[in-house]
Amino acid sequence: MHASLADILTDLAQNSVEAGADRIEMGFEEEPEIIRLRIRDNGRGMDEATLARAEDPFWTDGVKHPGRRVGLGIPFLRQTAEACGGEATISSAPGKGTAVTGVFPGHLDRPPVGDLVLLWLQCLTFDAEYGMGISRSRLTAEGRRTAYEIERAEVADALGGLEDAGALGLLREYLTSLEESLDEI
Amino acid sequence: MAKMTLDALRKLRDEQKEVIDRRDTGDKSIHIIVGMGTCGIAAGAKEALNVFLGEAYTRKMDNVVVKQTGCMGLCHAEPTVEVKMDGMPDTLYGKVDATVAKKIVEIHLLGGKLVNEHVYDYPARDIVKE
Repeated sequence: MHASLADILTDLAQNSVEAGADRIEMGFEEEPEIIRLRIRDNGRGMDEATLARAEDPFWTDGVKHPGRRVGLGIPFLRQTAEACGGEATISSAPGKGTAVTGVFPGHLDRPPVGDLVLLWLQCLTFDAEYGMGISRSRLTAEGRRTAYEIERAEVADALGGLEDAGALGLLREYLTSLEESLDEI
Repeated sequence: MAKMTLDALRKLRDEQKEVIDRRDTGDKSIHIIVGMGTCGIAAGAKEALNVFLGEAYTRKMDNVVVKQTGCMGLCHAEPTVEVKMDGMPDTLYGKVDATVAKKIVEIHLLGGKLVNEHVYDYPARDIVKE
């Protein structure tokens, strides 16, 4: 099982990139009693039979590691969501893409949120060509909503690329400032 | 911290580039590639990634390129990290936690020596990169 909700989302983003998506939308919504994750891509998608097999913790498409039985990403999501009384949904269509959501109610068995700065940094810097939109929000018990959005093309443009350590260091500072702005009154 | 704007980010990057251009490190890039499959993520690869980024950034190692890739096939030895640089063999390191990542920066990147006890064989042969 992954140690945090952020890790689950990193794993799903990695799937989207490997599915050849050129557009990925991600969301992380935090409310007092519930956390919702979502990711949608326009990658190669899966037909019904493939989708059913993706639930098998020991299944992959057989292309990347022929002969191996690995592929724990989707089962990790479902196991974690269900363990805390939530649910996971996956819908997919060949040639169109895949959409995944996870709902995690407040519960003793819900893993911690994890490091969202590192999560976004990772998701924005996979070694591939893709567009990505990120939406992050938090609703407090007092009903105050704070949020930020990130568009990969915009940060890549501002930094002139997302590869060298200088650019990534600044990206980390930028993401930290966005995440910390959620706490401001 | 107040929310940084994209313009502020662009300005910081421009200032940083000016300094880098003055230093002129040439084109001898050091590539650090961190395995970020399910296995890598579960084993804590992002801690390693964070250390490489932090060390390279604070030491102003402008020629370091940090990338992520999927599973490299050594799931038993995650987190795995590949290092490619001039003057050193392409090296695949395994079991790279935060402490080992720091060692790789100091001994391999800066010292030009291998961190022997963490060297693994090249990516597993049954891994096909599309």
